[in-house]
Amino acid sequence: MSDITRDEVAHLARLARLDLPEEDLTHYAEQLDVILDAVAAVSQVAADDIPATSHPVPMANVFRDDVNRGCLDRDEVLSQAPAAEDGRFQVPRILDDEEPS
Amino acid sequence: MTEIVRMSATQLVEEMAQGNLSSVEITEAHLDRIDSVDGEIHAYLHVDRDGALATAAEADAARNTGADLPPLAGVPVALKDVMAMRGVPTTVGSRILDGWLPPYDATVVTQLRSNLMPILGKTNMDEFAMGSSTEYSAYGPTRNPWDTTRIPGGSGGGSAAALAAFEAPLAIGTDTGGSIRQPAAVTGTVGVKPTYGGVSRYGLVALASSLDQAGPCARTVRDAAMLHRAIAGYDPMDSTSIDAPVPDFVAAVREGDVRGMRIGLVTELSGDGYQAGVQQRFTEAVELLAGLGAEIVEVSCPNFTHALGAYYLILPSEASSNLAKFDGMRYGLRVSDGDEGVEQVMARTRAAGFGDEVKRRIMLGTYALSSGYYDAYYGQAQKVRTLVQRDFDAAFADCHVLISPTCPTTAFPLGEKVDDPLAMYLNDIATIPVNLAGNAALSMPVGLAPEDGLPVGLQIMAPHHQDARLYSVAGVLEGALEDRWGRPLIEEVGA
Repeated sequence: MSDITRDEVAHLARLARLDLPEEDLTHYAEQLDVILDAVAAVSQVAADDIPATSHPVPMANVFRDDVNRGCLDRDEVLSQAPAAEDGRFQVPRILDDEEPS
Repeated sequence: MTEIVRMSATQLVEEMAQGNLSSVEITEAHLDRIDSVDGEIHAYLHVDRDGALATAAEADAARNTGADLPPLAGVPVALKDVMAMRGVPTTVGSRILDGWLPPYDATVVTQLRSNLMPILGKTNMDEFAMGSSTEYSAYGPTRNPWDTTRIPGGSGGGSAAALAAFEAPLAIGTDTGGSIRQPAAVTGTVGVKPTYGGVSRYGLVALASSLDQAGPCARTVRDAAMLHRAIAGYDPMDSTSIDAPVPDFVAAVREGDVRGMRIGLVTELSGDGYQAGVQQRFTEAVELLAGLGAEIVEVSCPNFTHALGAYYLILPSEASSNLAKFDGMRYGLRVSDGDEGVEQVMARTRAAGFGDEVKRRIMLGTYALSSGYYDAYYGQAQKVRTLVQRDFDAAFADCHVLISPTCPTTAFPLGEKVDDPLAMYLNDIATIPVNLAGNAALSMPVGLAPEDGLPVGLQIMAPHHQDARLYSVAGVLEGALEDRWGRPLIEEVGA
């Protein structure tokens, strides 16, 4: 049993930057508990000597020549931003910030 | 002459080559069809009438010059809304990207453009491709053309429904745990998940990067092979792209032969939980393959029973990381009441912009990756992934391909599982192992279940880089089934 609690869900929501109302926390706690119970058996399956697989194919870094090439059009990109000013993304204040509740 | 919208891509190519039809006529016929039926089906989130007709005119002009054209030039295609398309709304089924106009094209879109294929529009999907019914779309569900009270599968229900409702002859999907194959199965169409890396992921809004794979959706095996060839190939913009020549999938269909082939039935992908009519049509197809000269053997892949659990730890983990970029700062929705700090704005934006299932999976992934649980959940799931790959390796050492039903049931009623995440996840039980291992698979229709008259899908699985085998087997089986039925199954839709 995973027994995930409402408080743990509140913590997860904080970590994941999701501002959830109280009733959602309780609802998600119940659902996540059911899901985690169903998948928990996975932790018992593999022996210690089984290597982990993170990718289905061998991964190799890909390089390109260090030369200038085109990039996205600045005005086109900024036209999609929620707010822009002087050719830059405009964001909410980042200093003197309170912790999200 | 057959009605234009009911023609296969292969037929459309032939009609254009003979000068009987122009791409503009074909594209207009599909746009008209969308106008008349999509109010009910809701396969499309956005129709790009002007863009599609412009490409069609370009294809016709190129043909008139006598130029050598790509095989699918002039054949329209529908695009799952998970692919970025410059200047065309791309929502990924989410409110958080409502109104977003991407400043660039996905590589698949670039390929469709260079093949002179008119892109009819963007198709509906579960939000961020999380779901098996398209009911988690923020823009309302898509309906199954076989029975509009039923789901069209998911996440790519829009692409599959567009094909089954004759609103497109071809479509692009993406498959992270079955999102091409399961919709194909429940709509009586064909869907292919290529080998991981076979089709570029550049410009595909990522769900789980180690599992995501774009691929072709069509009404016939040969059409799927043609589209697969058009979109496959090495892309330096995708570090996991396969750097090797693309096999001739169309030749594999044409020259398909199962004589002497060993086909493995996966013991773990049948039995309890599989609907009687699904099992019946599957068994009949197996008998047909045996009659065509294939040797049928039973193989056991014991770790497949743990694949679903591993998948629902790995996928949310990757998704919670991939979806961190939707923070309301650079594009998409921003929710703010004025003087809030940046973290508060992010948290409010994400709470307002993401739907229930996306929030569930983000929190599940955050949990599986968090300190104290990482080893027990994410780490162990990755080990199970190794075991699933080993099961495939052992099975393919003995068999050329493996087969199973694509899904345990036919299309279920809209609303039935929308509030029961675990029941929804169980739909993917037969499709997930392939995503974990990264090899190739195809779903094709093998009949209607006697008890509900709804399509049943058969899944063929091939080793990495052996996608051509899928087409070889599927082409032969499709031919034999159509000989038996007297016509393609899709002609029964709406009958």
